[in-house]
Amino acid sequence: MASITITASPNPLSALTSFLYKTFTIAELEARKLRHDYTELIMRAVQPALWLLVFGQVFNRTHAIPTGNLPYIDFMAPGILAQSVLFIAIFYGISIIWERDLGIIHKFLASPTPRAALVLGKALSAGVRGLAQAVIVFALALVLGVGLNWNPLALLGVLTMVILGAALFSTFSLIIACIVKTRERFMGIGQVLTMPMFFASSAIYPVSIMPRWLQVIARGNPLTYEVDGLRTLMLSGSTSHYGLGLDFGVMLGTMVVLVMVAGRLYPNVAT
Amino acid sequence: MGVLETTTLTRQFGPLTAVDNLSISVEAGEVFGLLGPNGAGKTTAIKMLTTLLRPTAGSAKVCDFDVVRRSMDVRRNIAYVPQMLSADGSLTGYENLLVFTRLYDIPRREQKPRVMEVLKFMGLADVADKLVRSYSGGMIRRLEIGQAMLHRPRVLFLDEPTVGLDPLARKAVWDHIERMRADYDTTIVLTTHYMEEADSLCGRVAIMHHGKVVAMGTPEELKRSVDGKETSLDDVFTYYTGDVLETNGESGGSYREASRTRRTAHRLG
Repeated sequence: MASITITASPNPLSALTSFLYKTFTIAELEARKLRHDYTELIMRAVQPALWLLVFGQVFNRTHAIPTGNLPYIDFMAPGILAQSVLFIAIFYGISIIWERDLGIIHKFLASPTPRAALVLGKALSAGVRGLAQAVIVFALALVLGVGLNWNPLALLGVLTMVILGAALFSTFSLIIACIVKTRERFMGIGQVLTMPMFFASSAIYPVSIMPRWLQVIARGNPLTYEVDGLRTLMLSGSTSHYGLGLDFGVMLGTMVVLVMVAGRLYPNVAT
Repeated sequence: MGVLETTTLTRQFGPLTAVDNLSISVEAGEVFGLLGPNGAGKTTAIKMLTTLLRPTAGSAKVCDFDVVRRSMDVRRNIAYVPQMLSADGSLTGYENLLVFTRLYDIPRREQKPRVMEVLKFMGLADVADKLVRSYSGGMIRRLEIGQAMLHRPRVLFLDEPTVGLDPLARKAVWDHIERMRADYDTTIVLTTHYMEEADSLCGRVAIMHHGKVVAMGTPEELKRSVDGKETSLDDVFTYYTGDVLETNGESGGSYREASRTRRTAHRLG
């Protein structure tokens, strides 16, 4: 039985379906790995628990941070969700350095899979991990008596924002990994980036009490919009600073640009 | 017109010319071997042919498609098994294969039967649902080669397919490669520095040295080209690349390369 030469279908619609199909194939592959070994998910619950139970409880008593009509613990719960998603996503790129050293990545790059589908698939799988964090933070918030909004549409909005946030920052992480290519350098840069991004956002205090220069940085930080969106949707008595349209717009726009950049840089990993 | 043609294919990394004016032609159904010491440019050549690396100059066609301009069409018709470990240890053997049936656009209802067929062909049906990290080195290599034949590629590229395997596992891999060529008429391009491997598998070999092809032909022709009666391919290799050991420092590749090869050998062994 002789094999035959196969060429691409010229139909743009089938090209799009194929792109989405392959994106989900990659995402599903990563999700399967989680199913085989979910210890990571459990360990990841520790950090948000510490922030909410220790840091949150203490600052809730001092009333030192002006959070309007919201109790401080309510104010910070969405911030901690955004933060824990950020922490998962920002070190996500290390997996491609690992896969590169093993040779897994070469096999994917030699297959007829669009580079952007490889990147977006990984980004969505980071979203799956992010959703696990959302479940944990919601459970903690419930225990702490945070005034949560259980409107199904709002919940759907929270899920979407969590996936967007995880996808955006994991793609950012992938870009760094494509550039630095070694684990040591990557860990260094990851450490350097995380805390400033966290502090220069509205995660644990409002932008309005920041010094002027920090406000400017915070306004350019996607995490600020993620937190604003989550705060609006998650809490029953909260209003949006920037408007949900802008929140989702900034997140989606940034992610599309990052996926395109990462798709361009991704093949460099194989060399 | 061969199924694989390169014309003065060249790749430079800074001042180093890793592949220097490579011109080869491989016919359909051939098993073609690229031989050479570490750092001779074999892997770089394979990476250009599998569209992972852009050539600096010259061109290459695989299945009549240019590797740069029609890279997606090239990818549809080839398979590549890297030298390093490329199966995912945190997935089962079945899952490792299933993913690639999807990435290679095999229709949905054919995916499962195709995976089962390949697992059977490779003698891995019993361990299909075990995590790959529990496999032996020889089993992993067979799984990787199985992964590469799911979509019945016209050209299969194997980079050091038996590095780090014990003789028994090596023999099993050779048998599978030979059967693939016989059953599916797959053209096979492989790199190796085991002369015995080239001798028993390859119809033709090209010996590379410092990025250039220094000798090309059937193993028999090459043996005849070197003086002496009882010549082995080992002698041919030494004859054409003999200055390697004297030029100290170039032999054995870079630190990174060495650590990779040893890690692969360790995990496979």
